[in-house]
Amino acid sequence: MTAFLSQAPPAPQPVATSSLVVLALYLVLLLTLALFSGKLFRGTSQDYFVASHSIGPFMLLMSVFGTTMTAFALVGSTGKAFQMGMGTYGLMASSSGLVHAACFFLIGIKVWAIAKRYGYVTQIQFFRARYESNGIGYILFPALVLLVVPYLLIGVIGSYRVIGPLTAGKFPELFEATGGSIPSWLTGLIVCGVVLTYIFAGGSRGAAWANTFQTLVFMAMGVLAFYLISDKLGGLAAATAQANPGHLVRTQSELEVTGAAGTFIRQLGVSPITFLTYMFIPLSVGMFPHLFQHWLTARSAKSFRLTVIAHPLCIAILWVPCVLIGVWATGVFTPTPGDAWPDSARAILSGLPDASVGAVLSVTVKFLVSHPIVVGLVMAGILAAIMSSLDSQFLCLGTMFTNDIVLHRLGPDRFTEKQIVFIARSFVVGIVLIIYLLSLLLETQQNVFDLAIWSFSGFAALTSLVIAALYWRGSTRAGAYASVIAVAITWLYLFLKSGGQEYTIGGVMPVAICFAAGAAAMIAVSLFTAKPSPETIRKFFPEPSDR
Amino acid sequence: MKTGIVVAVFIVLAVLHQDVWNWDNDNLVFGFMPVGLAYHAGYSLAVVLFWALVVKFAWPSSLEAWADREVD
Repeated sequence: MTAFLSQAPPAPQPVATSSLVVLALYLVLLLTLALFSGKLFRGTSQDYFVASHSIGPFMLLMSVFGTTMTAFALVGSTGKAFQMGMGTYGLMASSSGLVHAACFFLIGIKVWAIAKRYGYVTQIQFFRARYESNGIGYILFPALVLLVVPYLLIGVIGSYRVIGPLTAGKFPELFEATGGSIPSWLTGLIVCGVVLTYIFAGGSRGAAWANTFQTLVFMAMGVLAFYLISDKLGGLAAATAQANPGHLVRTQSELEVTGAAGTFIRQLGVSPITFLTYMFIPLSVGMFPHLFQHWLTARSAKSFRLTVIAHPLCIAILWVPCVLIGVWATGVFTPTPGDAWPDSARAILSGLPDASVGAVLSVTVKFLVSHPIVVGLVMAGILAAIMSSLDSQFLCLGTMFTNDIVLHRLGPDRFTEKQIVFIARSFVVGIVLIIYLLSLLLETQQNVFDLAIWSFSGFAALTSLVIAALYWRGSTRAGAYASVIAVAITWLYLFLKSGGQEYTIGGVMPVAICFAAGAAAMIAVSLFTAKPSPETIRKFFPEPSDR
Repeated sequence: MKTGIVVAVFIVLAVLHQDVWNWDNDNLVFGFMPVGLAYHAGYSLAVVLFWALVVKFAWPSSLEAWADREVD
């Protein structure tokens, strides 16, 4: 899915200084807002981890939407539509609208209520209590961390792939080694530094405030880019009329592409079975640990109402324009005399390999709109989409290490509130540092981005665990172990078989098989093993009279 | 009853997502939107309406009071 950024795209024209000023202004505004939210910090661990359950409906919507929409939502949706056609929207967006909202309604609200009542701040605390087992925490912890890490790396390395080419040749004296573009180490330092600053200061509340701002920015940038590009292409109808016809349908076909690396065949469209089984991918939000933490920041269950209703709408507002931009960009394959595409843009776009299609949005904006302020705004929008996911992921890993390892092993009573916050902040700093260094080490690895779909698949497959925990009294500790182990085995088998690449089995997405294995193991083993104690059942399944 | 209706409509929506009849339809809606994309954009609005109705008529209101109550 995110292979779109796995190779550095060819360098377009350098950006103007004013673009960088816009970007700098955006970062300063973001930091100011987020640091202001830090002033509201109450000094307790509950406040640091879950903002003392104080986040209202609008900020919950923005923070949850911003967290689930990674850089892929803005640059990836455009790139994927450019690569395979308009079917991208149905494949990834409209299905997410249905399934994400279902996860928020069925999992998020119930998890919020249980966690608020019993004081849980991590998924593992919830699963340990529900399945009366410390061990379930020890097998889930590495699985969740290992699935989050590639997701984090994709975000940081993604920022290198956007900023580097866009600033190519701009600072030849400052950055001679990179041909004048801002080097990755500096981009990473800025992105990680900004994110670290506001989650260090404000914890969950800082992340929620920052995400709200970032989400508004990247949604506005998507719509702005859509308007300006359609205008440049002669209006909506003219823009679609000049697109490659093969991109306007979902029928599978081939397109011959000639680029710098030679000629290759691009597969357009999607098969119905892949389209169907791709619907399992959005289930991943049911098990994202960083989203779990966002849910717990809600002031009340009612805060979820807006998120459940408006999340699918926000997806449509962002994705429809981006997918259309991607489809319109295929006009470079069907040149007509006097069309709007400059030769320089056509030369870059028409030869882009599949692994670089993430560059389509920035190249299109740069050459068709070419206003430096707009280019700066779009760069800010892309970074906003990246950082609004990174912050929650960094924070959730710090929260998990603090609560599920340190406090769980040593006992929470051994520490003061101040010490717990200090431990959490120390972990966050350490994790940011490790991810930053890892991102620099793995920057040139092509297959890092292919791990994204596997990361999502792993989380989605584990969702049967949380569904059973919340809705099936008869689901047992042994069933939970069996489910996690079945998911791990099928996931590892298919992952190794694929070589870490995007992969299907007769068109079926691996996530469908892993999910089915996890659910089947949960059901089969739970039916024949010892049931949870009556106390646990009463605790997690209150009778209507108890409510 | 409410749960049954919600589950049934959810399944219908999941089925409607698989619009195989639009696969090779290259018509344009409003002169610019491929019909497959227009269908799924409309589908997204139907999903919004569905969840708005679920929130209005099947909201788990008792959960909130339970979450706020002192643990025995």
